[in-house]
Amino acid sequence: MRVEVRFSGFGGQGIVTAGIILARAASIHDGKQAVQTQSYGPEARGGASRSEVVISDEEILYPKVLRPDIFVVMSGEAMQKYLRDLKKGSVVIYDSSLIKTPPAKGIAYPVPATLLAKREVGKPIVANIILLGALTAITGVVSREAMEKAVLESVPKGTEEMNRKALHIGFAEGEKLVRAQPRSRCLSPGS
Amino acid sequence: MSHMHGTRFLQGNIACAEGAIAAGCRFFAGYPITPSTEVAEWLAQRLPRVGGVFIQMEDEIGSISAIIGARWAGVKAMTATSGPGFSLMMENVGFAAMTETPIVIVNIQRSGPSTGQPTMPASGDVMQARFGSHGDYAVIALSPNSVQEMFELTVEAFNLSERYRVPVFLMADEIIGHMREKVHLPEEVETFTAPLSRRGARYYFRPDPKTLVPRMQVFGRGYNVHVTGLTHDERGYPATNDAKVHTKLVRRLVEKIERNAERIIKVEGHHLDDAEVVLIAYGAVSRSALAAVRELRARGIKAGLLRLITLFPFPERLVRKLARRARLVVLEMNLGQIRREVERCSRRRVHFLPKLGGELHTPREIVKFVEALK
Repeated sequence: MRVEVRFSGFGGQGIVTAGIILARAASIHDGKQAVQTQSYGPEARGGASRSEVVISDEEILYPKVLRPDIFVVMSGEAMQKYLRDLKKGSVVIYDSSLIKTPPAKGIAYPVPATLLAKREVGKPIVANIILLGALTAITGVVSREAMEKAVLESVPKGTEEMNRKALHIGFAEGEKLVRAQPRSRCLSPGS
Repeated sequence: MSHMHGTRFLQGNIACAEGAIAAGCRFFAGYPITPSTEVAEWLAQRLPRVGGVFIQMEDEIGSISAIIGARWAGVKAMTATSGPGFSLMMENVGFAAMTETPIVIVNIQRSGPSTGQPTMPASGDVMQARFGSHGDYAVIALSPNSVQEMFELTVEAFNLSERYRVPVFLMADEIIGHMREKVHLPEEVETFTAPLSRRGARYYFRPDPKTLVPRMQVFGRGYNVHVTGLTHDERGYPATNDAKVHTKLVRRLVEKIERNAERIIKVEGHHLDDAEVVLIAYGAVSRSALAAVRELRARGIKAGLLRLITLFPFPERLVRKLARRARLVVLEMNLGQIRREVERCSRRRVHFLPKLGGELHTPREIVKFVEALK
């Protein structure tokens, strides 16, 4: 089964990094196939940023995402822009501290990632890692072990504990949401 | 072993840089340009650690000049760029062809013309790779479609450039350059270095009669070596008014590639044996094309794929053969560059599906196009 994941937000929020970490977790640590691509404007920061991951048990040919099964979104602008690509059953995990209106399509999972990152970790920059934790707990598209390994080997040396903490906050947030709305845990490419 | 090996999750541009190190490249000169910059960025860190040299030049003209000079000093060398930088390099592409300098030029193609869409993929530079510099000459151009091939074909590009003493282009696109995938990098790769002629040999531009390739000579061995872009005789000295010398030299520059074309050319065929419709694609587009072929087969249409790994020399005989028994559909991220080659060889108009704007054909678009051909 092919699972398409799209991350989107502003440049500087760690959108591309999040995609790389997810793809690394799936391909290196869970032994699946994964392809990560990205799309960005010429600006270094502040422009729209998009990162896409395709995960499958089989060879991945077309490397881009057309109709995301999972959409992780960190800006209202990106939410508007990509809403039309969503399917009825798409899992939408959005940073509810930055986006106030829930998506009009898909299954909404609000995670106040930037707020939690500031309050619990003291660093808003780990919001993307909190969202990765939530994604893992909500969708099961990669295992928690694989995700944790991928996070720890991808972040700068010296920031491992901070990022581990962020990831576990994300796991817990995801679990909370799944208990409230358990119908999306069917996205493992193995199933 | 100095290059990265084992199972890794890598970006295409970084796999290319590691392929260069594996192939023995120890000199890189470049000027950063999206979407090729990671090649330079990576080599800036890596080359000094393996005894190599990295220089950021003032522009792309300087970059290609520097790698040509490095190779004549005896070091394998590479540069990497994208459209606008590629255009600037063209004068010295001809110089490298004329002086038979083995160099590798990586072009991570973005949308042109001019500065166009800097962050978007295209394959609008492929004819420029073949004919971009003035005068008659031949080159080799390769087109990777995966991160694994960014490594493997970079190694291949070096080996071909050394074997035929010719500039070799790695014509990737933004998708393949920026994409990340799992790769398996071998501990050892096969490498080839152009053999040197003996010290003080006078006719060091005299070709081997079979391969038409002369042995290499380098500076710093205690003898005069003369390297010029002017028409030169077999001693390397200018002979600019001699029609015979010029004709012989320029014919050989082209023939050394044409005569060895069957040895150089690499393609990948899928379901070609019974195909009634053959898609022809290369680079990122070929991945969509293969997905489309599988879908078309599932729908009962006998489709096949010819994926060009070598763009130049062009696989003329194979395309001619396929054209006799199948309809040909060319897919490109440009307005029809390889299509011209396919039409030239098949001597007929072919079906063509272009895609511009920085987007890749989707498998569904290709399936729809082929189904509508009936």
